[in-house]
Amino acid sequence: MALEFRGVTKQFTTNSGAVLTAIRDVTFKVNEGEFVSVVGPSGCGKSTLLSMTAGLYQPTTGEVLVSDQPVTGPNDHVGFMLQKDLLLPWRNIVKNIEFGLEARGAAPGPRRERAMAELKRCHLAGFENHYPYQLSGGMRQRAALARTLAIDPEIILLDEPFSALDAQTKLLLQDSFAATIAESGKTTLLITHDLSEAVLMSDRILVLSERPGTVLTEIKVELPHRAHPLKRRVMPEVGEYAGQIFRHLKLEEKAI
Amino acid sequence: MSSATATAPAVNAAATTRPRESRAALYASLGLLALLLVAWQILPTALAVPKYIIPTLSDCLVEFGRMWTSESLLANTASTALYTILGFAIGSALGAALGYLLGMSEFWEKVLSPYILALQIAPKVAFAPLFIMWFGYNAMPKLLVTVLIVFFPVLVNVLQAMRTVDRDLVNLARAYNLSRFQIFLKVEMPSTLPNLMAGLRIASTLAVIGVTVGELVGGNTGLGFLISYGGGQANAAMVFNAIILLTVIGFLLYSALVRAETRLLHYLPKAQF
Ligand SMILES: Nc1ncnc2c1ncn2[C@@H]1O[C@H](COP(=O)(O)OP(=O)(O)O)[C@@H](O)[C@H]1O
Ligand SMILES: [Mg+2]
Repeated sequence: MALEFRGVTKQFTTNSGAVLTAIRDVTFKVNEGEFVSVVGPSGCGKSTLLSMTAGLYQPTTGEVLVSDQPVTGPNDHVGFMLQKDLLLPWRNIVKNIEFGLEARGAAPGPRRERAMAELKRCHLAGFENHYPYQLSGGMRQRAALARTLAIDPEIILLDEPFSALDAQTKLLLQDSFAATIAESGKTTLLITHDLSEAVLMSDRILVLSERPGTVLTEIKVELPHRAHPLKRRVMPEVGEYAGQIFRHLKLEEKAI
Repeated sequence: MSSATATAPAVNAAATTRPRESRAALYASLGLLALLLVAWQILPTALAVPKYIIPTLSDCLVEFGRMWTSESLLANTASTALYTILGFAIGSALGAALGYLLGMSEFWEKVLSPYILALQIAPKVAFAPLFIMWFGYNAMPKLLVTVLIVFFPVLVNVLQAMRTVDRDLVNLARAYNLSRFQIFLKVEMPSTLPNLMAGLRIASTLAVIGVTVGELVGGNTGLGFLISYGGGQANAAMVFNAIILLTVIGFLLYSALVRAETRLLHYLPKAQF
């Protein structure tokens, strides 16, 4: 099993001292090579799932396992990227991609080779010496993906990576990410609040409730072309799947 | 690749309009300077202002020559410049070091911040007589005043910047298993560099003030000393010359910092007007 949550509850103590339960009793599994999306209302604890998988903090109760190992801290198995590209503005693109490799004591030569390979894979060849401010938002996210892939993680966590982009760039980038991820064969957890994005990109979708987040249901997306969201986009079933998630989230009742 | 070459012409276009505009500004500045110098030469005489109130440009030039030969102007200027740079270097190194240390320890920051605030508000130049009582009439008091006056803007800027380093960036570094020191070196230090440089710029102008006050209060060397000496003799031209040279020292230090800053922070997008 690539990733497993076993009865995970996470509570935070807020600044005022109150206890806030972000997620409650969350249990799910992600198989190797699978692409799973997590959708849910904002504030339901989606990013909290990601932080615990990355080992930035521990569950209050329950267990998070990556490759059957309990996550006890930051580890080499997990790479994550956020809505913000988090590129270091003072480094050029290739040095940014090398960033994750630097704590591993790899020699500079092979490290550069590795970074250049990821750069090509993410269609950024020719931009290695550019600085982040010289790139468009979409290209910066591709650089962030290259940095994430460079450490060769077993799981990639994507936290709303497309939500800061304009509609067109978003479609193109979803397509490019899907292809790159399919080619790399990486297990992926995509956090999103865009229902159709979840349908276009995933094998399976976890629907979370409002806070405290729990898994309401799992929806298996039985559509071809997982590596090509643009091809999926024209399929009539996409709307049906999105509608199904919509009903689980009981969005009609809230649209008053 | 195609977009890489596509961006090149845009950069060139900006590069060609830039110098033209800045050259026009430079000519205008020089024109204004010429105008001021002419007014300086003509107006005091025309308005019958006596020489010991406002000396003319030529009075000052003559006095400059006299100071050069009989007041060891070069040695005095060099001394002031030396202590300005020395005080600036020591004060900003200490300020930055403490800023980074406190920036990494929330506890000590909380413990020390009221004292830092109090010291920051206290007028540092007022310490000069005290330092003279402690250390005597030597270079120590002026150096200490300068270090003290330079210390705080650098400390406060660094501390402020350390507080606002992007938490997500630090978390990313943690997720990549970087050690605490590596995070400091590779994320926090460079993140705070713009603020550090801004602090240094402020500090460079204050450094001149620190040295001058030290020399005014208790010195027998330096431009500050020449100011109090010239003032005692009602030699306004001497005071004018010393002020101008102090300004030049401050300006050179400031310009050097601005140049260093533009080189170091080349990766920040330039504002396009
Ligand atoms: N470090 C924290 N301290 C206190 N509360 C937090 C912390 N992190 C998240 N929360 C709270 O937990 C809830 C879930 O947050 P998050 O996982 O970011 O939601 P989502 O990503 O689904 O929008 C929110 O109400 C948020 O305010
Ligand atoms: Mg979130």
